[in-house]
Amino acid sequence: MAITETAATAPRLAPAPSSARLLWRAFAENRGAVGGLVIMLVLIVVAVFAELVAPHSPIEQFREALLRPPFWVEGGSWRFPMGTDDIGRDVLSRVIYGARLSLIIGSSVVTLSLALGTALGLTAAFCGGTVDIGLMRLMDVLLVFPSLLLAIVIVAILGPGLFNAMMAVSLVTLPHFTRLARAAALTELSRDYVTASRCAGAGVLRLMFITVLPNCLAPLIVQGTLGFSSSILDAAALGFLGLGAQPPTPEWGTMLSSSMEFVTRAWWMVLFPGLAILITVLAFNLFGDGLRDALDPKLKR
Amino acid sequence: MFRFIIKRASLIIPTFLGVTFLSFMLIRLVPGDPIEVRVGERGISPERLAELRHEYGLDQPLWKQFLDYEGDVVTGNLGVSVVTKETVWNEFTTLFPATLELALAAIVFATAIGLPLGVIAAVRRGSPLDYGLMGVSVTGASMPIFWWGLMLILIFSVSLGWTPVSGRISAQYYIEPTTGFLLIDSLMSDDEGAFWSALRYLILPTVVLGTIPLAVIARMTRSAMLEVLNEDYIRTARAKGLSVARVVGVHALRNALIPVVTVIGLQVGALLSGAILTERIFSWPGVGSWLLASIERRDYPVLQGGVLLIASLVMLVNFSVDLTYGLLNPRIRR
Repeated sequence: MAITETAATAPRLAPAPSSARLLWRAFAENRGAVGGLVIMLVLIVVAVFAELVAPHSPIEQFREALLRPPFWVEGGSWRFPMGTDDIGRDVLSRVIYGARLSLIIGSSVVTLSLALGTALGLTAAFCGGTVDIGLMRLMDVLLVFPSLLLAIVIVAILGPGLFNAMMAVSLVTLPHFTRLARAAALTELSRDYVTASRCAGAGVLRLMFITVLPNCLAPLIVQGTLGFSSSILDAAALGFLGLGAQPPTPEWGTMLSSSMEFVTRAWWMVLFPGLAILITVLAFNLFGDGLRDALDPKLKR
Repeated sequence: MFRFIIKRASLIIPTFLGVTFLSFMLIRLVPGDPIEVRVGERGISPERLAELRHEYGLDQPLWKQFLDYEGDVVTGNLGVSVVTKETVWNEFTTLFPATLELALAAIVFATAIGLPLGVIAAVRRGSPLDYGLMGVSVTGASMPIFWWGLMLILIFSVSLGWTPVSGRISAQYYIEPTTGFLLIDSLMSDDEGAFWSALRYLILPTVVLGTIPLAVIARMTRSAMLEVLNEDYIRTARAKGLSVARVVGVHALRNALIPVVTVIGLQVGALLSGAILTERIFSWPGVGSWLLASIERRDYPVLQGGVLLIASLVMLVNFSVDLTYGLLNPRIRR
């Protein structure tokens, strides 16, 4: 009886949900991850429309309003909601333009190291032998250096500046992507579909990028999101040490660096840029964690 | 076990060669005349230049230079600071205890707080307390510690006046460095006030440097505990009528500790990265401040030697973690 009932109701069931829908369902269970995604979207909107959102230009100096406190403190006004810095620039506007810069830094670093790391990792996995050993030992060498130290050394040689800082951070994040891509490709290489494709006459490049790569993407995407947050953090640290973006660029780390001598007099110059870094990094980390759990339920604890 | 040690040791030799090669190339990649970079002088006469070039072995082929450098490194000859004319090795060994003291304090702080938090979160899995603790933990792991340090100074030093802002000890005390650890040295001196002063100076930097490891340890402990708590032997222990505290504290925690200890060991690199920032904020006179100063002064021999020493240190610690892990867990020796 039960069997016939099931058979009778089966055709009326809704069609199986698509994989994107399943992924979203697993992702949406994690409230922290959804929160992270919302903050990320807000940040992107703010960064793209910085000109419209920011009340002032990030480098305009209001000589009559030096070191004004935020609006809720006595002496502050709505004209400068987060106060002004030592040469009268609006802190809110600088934080807003800083979001644009940080997202540019994060996306360029991740794009560069993800692309290069994937290519190197796949090469190592496909070639095997000496090429594999050589590449992986090279990555080991890079990993032995504490990441910030390596970035500092590279910038010390190339000279300070935003572009060099981004190059340095990319190189520092490269080994993680390379190792991950290699490991993922190695597991896929032993699968039957790869052998089948090879028998059908697929060339190495086709095997690498069309057959194998799409099946290695999940961990790489997760690492990419997490790499986004670590590269924003590292670039800001370089800025803080005076080795990244140079003043008057409204980069969050650089802003913090110049706020150091005003710690006792103007706490708002310290509070807001750092809070912006924390919130951004946190959002990407939450999103990355949620994505990992959704893509690979086995890892979920 | 012996074979395992040999195998692991043979793996670090190529890495060490690579690290020395990188640091060898470092000084050659700096733009400008290589002699000026090393000697820190400008406008040297051509005769003196040729002499120096010979003295530094720069007239030799590159592979010969690298072999010479490798020989120097192995015998501990890492060059001389352009600014102070002191050997890099001496400067490093004088300053390193300050960094080590800070790093050890940070890891003790992180473990002492992170471990219990992780255990509590695991035991109360799914409760608001668990969510709260894990929320704090992911925030801690995302922390820009250079900002965190400034905020703590703002609150505890500027507003409340509880802790000093920078340095290792109040200027009124002079402690002869015997071990280099100010806490121990000041304790051995007759002046009790010196110890408390050193301790007060250590608190904020410790918290700042310990924040990220604390978050990582809490998270790792939680997930390791969760895995262990599902095991049959835990159910057996409970069924025997043991108290929850005993089951969690003894049966579960002991088995959960192995991955946690590994994670603590692997924090060294992150700790040294963090030390550079922490030392900058608190004017802590350690190797981080020293390296940053070497960049500002364009003191490349110091930068080269210091980076090599730190990388070797990380390698050594990773190696010991590996060995300890093999000792604790025979399965991975193969």
